[in-house]
Amino acid sequence: MRPLRSRILDNEKIIEVHGLTKKFKNLTAVNNLELNVYRGDVFGFLGPNGAGKSTTIRMLLSLIQPTEGTIKIFGKDLRKERLEILKRIGGIVERPDFYLYLTAIKNLEILGKISETDVSKKRLMEILELVGLEKRYNSKVKTFSHGMKQRLGLAQALLHDPDLIILDEPTTGLDPQGIKEIRDLIIYLSKEKQKTIFLSSHILKEVQIIANRMIIINKGTTQIEGYVDELLSADKFSVSFEVNNLNSAIELVKNSKWQNSYKEKLKNELIFELQQEEIPQLNKFFVENNIEINSVIPTRSLENYFLKITEGSRE
Amino acid sequence: MTALVLLELQKIFRKLRTYIGFIAIGIIVPIVQVALYIEGEKYINFATQNLKQSFMLVGNLLNGFLIANIILQSLFIQIPFLIVLVGGDLLAGEATAGTYRMLLTRPLSRFKLITSKFIAGIVYTNLLILWLAILSLGVSVLIFGTGEMIVLRDKVYIFAEKDVLWRFVLSYGFAALSMTTVMSLSFLFSSLVENAIGPIVATMAVIIIFLILSALPIDFLQNIKPFLFITHMTEWRAFMVDPVDYGSVVTSGLVLLGHIIGFYLITLYLFIKKDILS
Repeated sequence: MRPLRSRILDNEKIIEVHGLTKKFKNLTAVNNLELNVYRGDVFGFLGPNGAGKSTTIRMLLSLIQPTEGTIKIFGKDLRKERLEILKRIGGIVERPDFYLYLTAIKNLEILGKISETDVSKKRLMEILELVGLEKRYNSKVKTFSHGMKQRLGLAQALLHDPDLIILDEPTTGLDPQGIKEIRDLIIYLSKEKQKTIFLSSHILKEVQIIANRMIIINKGTTQIEGYVDELLSADKFSVSFEVNNLNSAIELVKNSKWQNSYKEKLKNELIFELQQEEIPQLNKFFVENNIEINSVIPTRSLENYFLKITEGSRE
Repeated sequence: MTALVLLELQKIFRKLRTYIGFIAIGIIVPIVQVALYIEGEKYINFATQNLKQSFMLVGNLLNGFLIANIILQSLFIQIPFLIVLVGGDLLAGEATAGTYRMLLTRPLSRFKLITSKFIAGIVYTNLLILWLAILSLGVSVLIFGTGEMIVLRDKVYIFAEKDVLWRFVLSYGFAALSMTTVMSLSFLFSSLVENAIGPIVATMAVIIIFLILSALPIDFLQNIKPFLFITHMTEWRAFMVDPVDYGSVVTSGLVLLGHIIGFYLITLYLFIKKDILS
């Protein structure tokens, strides 16, 4: 199990969001959102496309104004102390865009000067090396692939050594190798550099791998919030047993201790809700009672739930 | 703020579109100069044919001052097209490129961003007018030399050689103020949209509509003419008559300055309240 550093360190709240709401004419993009991010967290901000993640991130970075609610970052009110707060935040909002006609290092120099941070060539090259772009430092950004732009996006976010890094779907559009590199970098920043990371994603697996705490939002409202490990360990599996003799199997289950775990029948599959350790026990039960099992497919109910809201948002 | 303005100027001068204005002036002015070098005498004879019936004209009339005045009169309506190419892109270009997000998530106030871009736009506008002055006046004087300047308006003015240069300096200065007004309007439109084409077209549309309205000989339109900024943009020509009507120059200057400040303040107000969705 990953160490849950937010429990070990102090409980200093880095981000506090209360009743956050954003309305665009008739559309409520974010509705009464509550969330807390603690020092040292890698906080997964999960939701399907259109759930309100980017709108929330834009509000956290003061790109858009909330209709209602408050945002405190580092204990300070974002409306009143925006500049002080932004000095300590690095972020990528949606895709990282740069001045395409300028080189990578020139882009960083411009953004660094605005942040009033060290823009010596040594420092800029250090950052570019961290994201693996040191060999392309003098190439114009228009020649960069999407993955390279993502890495340059991370470089600009790290430029002024921020305490809080806000990343909006940083692995979108990357190939598997690129996704791994970005994930490794986020884990490195969290573990080695003690950064607090707010990571938005629409992929549960990604949050499971990287984050220690998470929230799932849908249609702008909180659905589930907690420690990733706790949410997943408390989470039951939805298990599909594909059997040869469906009716016999159902009859058998209804007269056994498994009747409460049995949920439904789908074609030639029986669906059960089970704890992880119960899966092999039920399998053994079927085999001992001469029911042939063709396949056993466990899915976390959290995953099912997330898939359901993801599919719902696509419709 | 100085550092921010320098950064904005770096961005402006690393874009190809910035040089379109300089290149266009760099092509048109020499073409006019060559044409007048070849056929200038014909032009002078045509322009002064009535005058020659009563007076004998001596000296170098086809000189650099006359050429500069002709160029300034001819190009003055076209220069705004070149100004808005950059002015309309100052804010909309950031939206199109998505770089607003990078800039505004930095510890940078929106006031500073808008002001630095606006100042950079003014610098660009003034550099373009300076370039026009260097080519139209400087190069013309080098090619054609100096002499008395003839100006044909409702009357014929002939200015002594020593009485000309200050008129040009003030004319170019006033032209810079006029073009800054155009830049300010395109800057305002640029803050409203996420693509530079809109502000460019909108600014030119406003200028053309105002030009048409002010040209129509209808009483109602003539009454509103003093309130159109376009009316005051050509006031630089007041320095090419004698005596100069300073009252009119100051009034026009203040009207243009008022427009510049007004356009800037509206842009600032809108931008501070703007949600960055690009």
